[in-house]
Amino acid sequence: MARVEFIQGNRACVEGAIAAGMRFFAGYPITPSTEIAELASEMLPKVGGKYIQMEDEIASMAAVIGASLTGVKSMTATSGPGFSLKQENIGFASFTEVPCVIINVMRGGPSTGLPTLPAQSDVMQAKWGSHGDHPVIALAPASVDEMFHFTVKAFNLAEKYRVPVILLTDEVIAHMREKIEIPDKVETVNRKRPDKTEEFIPYQSQDDSLVPPMVNFGEGYKINVTGLTHDIYGFPTLNPEKVQQLQQRLYDKIHKNLDDIISYKEYFIEDAEIVIVSFGSSARSSYEAVCEARKEGIKVGMLVLTTIWPFPDNVIRKLAERAKKIIVVEMNMGQILLEVERASRGRCDIVSCLQVNGELISPDTVYNRIKEL
Amino acid sequence: MNKKYLEYYRAERLPHIWCPGCGNGIILNSIFEAFRKVNIDKEKTVIVSGIGCSSRAPLYMNFDTLHTTHGRAIAFATGIKMSKPELNVVVITGDGDASAIGGNHLIHASRRNIDLTVICFNNFNYGMTNGQYSPTTLRGYYTTTSVYGFIERPFDLCKLTEGAGATYVARATTYHTKLITNYVEKGLKNKGFSFIDVITQCPTYFGRKNKFKTVASMVKWIKDNSVTKKQSEAMDEKELEGKFVIGEFVNKTLPEYTEEYDKLIESLKKESQKHAETKV
Repeated sequence: MARVEFIQGNRACVEGAIAAGMRFFAGYPITPSTEIAELASEMLPKVGGKYIQMEDEIASMAAVIGASLTGVKSMTATSGPGFSLKQENIGFASFTEVPCVIINVMRGGPSTGLPTLPAQSDVMQAKWGSHGDHPVIALAPASVDEMFHFTVKAFNLAEKYRVPVILLTDEVIAHMREKIEIPDKVETVNRKRPDKTEEFIPYQSQDDSLVPPMVNFGEGYKINVTGLTHDIYGFPTLNPEKVQQLQQRLYDKIHKNLDDIISYKEYFIEDAEIVIVSFGSSARSSYEAVCEARKEGIKVGMLVLTTIWPFPDNVIRKLAERAKKIIVVEMNMGQILLEVERASRGRCDIVSCLQVNGELISPDTVYNRIKEL
Repeated sequence: MNKKYLEYYRAERLPHIWCPGCGNGIILNSIFEAFRKVNIDKEKTVIVSGIGCSSRAPLYMNFDTLHTTHGRAIAFATGIKMSKPELNVVVITGDGDASAIGGNHLIHASRRNIDLTVICFNNFNYGMTNGQYSPTTLRGYYTTTSVYGFIERPFDLCKLTEGAGATYVARATTYHTKLITNYVEKGLKNKGFSFIDVITQCPTYFGRKNKFKTVASMVKWIKDNSVTKKQSEAMDEKELEGKFVIGEFVNKTLPEYTEEYDKLIESLKKESQKHAETKV
């Protein structure tokens, strides 16, 4: 029977991870994500899983990749400065196609910034934080319930596409307490195994998904995994054709599956002349503001981005074709704003409602922005 | 290549990238001899490395191999060993990889006494990037970033790992190949963190910068400056400067990390069973 709980977002995240099959967690203490590590250390050994507090953020990302290579679903959790430190190994996981989940509870930055206060300023870092073109997926929950379900989804996408998946949450969602229903069982996805009738080639997909099947260390396949640019056999190559092929496949395995990966939520869109685009905790405030404005007959609607990367270009473009104005609400200096401007291709006015003072953007602030237009 | 070790090589990956006269091949064959002696299970062994010349070794080794980011091999290996303790996990690293950028992981894996066998190919410089000084470069020696002579004190990686809690620590050189094999064998058998420092020659950079005219003269220099642990005990700090103390420094049994964790899981399981029974 499903359990009904009144818990904070960080706990919901760990509950979701364990439900999704996480059996290895490596982390390092950092506010405001620490409860995730604490709860993982308590809950994992009870289900036969392992928790380790590594010597630093870099090591915890490395250990997560190592564990995943043995076939164990693995996760780490961090925040701002720790997310910066993990970037090199996130790039490694992306390039070597090792499924893993990274929780980034966004706090005020840059640098040490505002450790206990919310922000949403790691949007671009989630995509471009590691050097080189590298595919990642980033999801943004806006409630405690979504912390649970998006963590499950993060594992499923990581396993399906062999890619690091970042849960881009923020201090408000992580520490907020809400009622949630924790199901007994969730739908889980496991990495694809090789078809035994064919010769196993580590980095060649056996179907049109562009995702190669995966074997684990210790199964006798004797595979090589390297961060060097590699051929389909997993060994270093400088051959321009093979280098190009790998980069193209890594891009395509995400970008040819956008319909499967991208999700979003719409409210009052049908007749909306003004549309708010937001995500995470900002979306919660925005929703209040939209409901208030609707009461006054203002034709305002809302798009909540739940997948941040890959960016839902088509959704934004269609929205820009029908709306008069888009207001981007976020707690940074305009990172999603840039993407919305790019994706809307000049088809409607784009304005912003930004706040970076360490406080949750309030419904009033968003409401006033709507009224100004 | 010695045919005896063919089964351990990915022969199709050869020739290797190492320079003529490099000591890495000597160490690799000595490691393979140790593998042969312990009759290692090739399908249950993972070789992990970082970045550098030595870290290319796993690519020629016929096992599951993981060539990671610079300095992080031990951290990746920790994740592997912890999630699948039944695997043998061997780390191949270099002096820069293990003790500069990766120093933190070396210390903490030693402290945890996690069952990894770490073999450091210690050639006193960063060969892959054309021979800059490393934490083990000897005082007064020349590299491409110590063109006036190195003024820092070198790290003694055996003392470091001993101090940090490793349960097997030893040092050999490419002149003393039987010692490499002997120590790696013992490291593999040790249920805990094992560190084997192997002094080796980099004729292309460290050798050239320090006026070693031949590879042989460099190996002779290693031999002439090697002193046994016993000999070293009668020498003072000044006499020991620039010397390579070879031998076993630690060989003891202490609780191993992954076994301790498994005990924790077992005890929690028993506790919950007991709890369930009392409920009934």
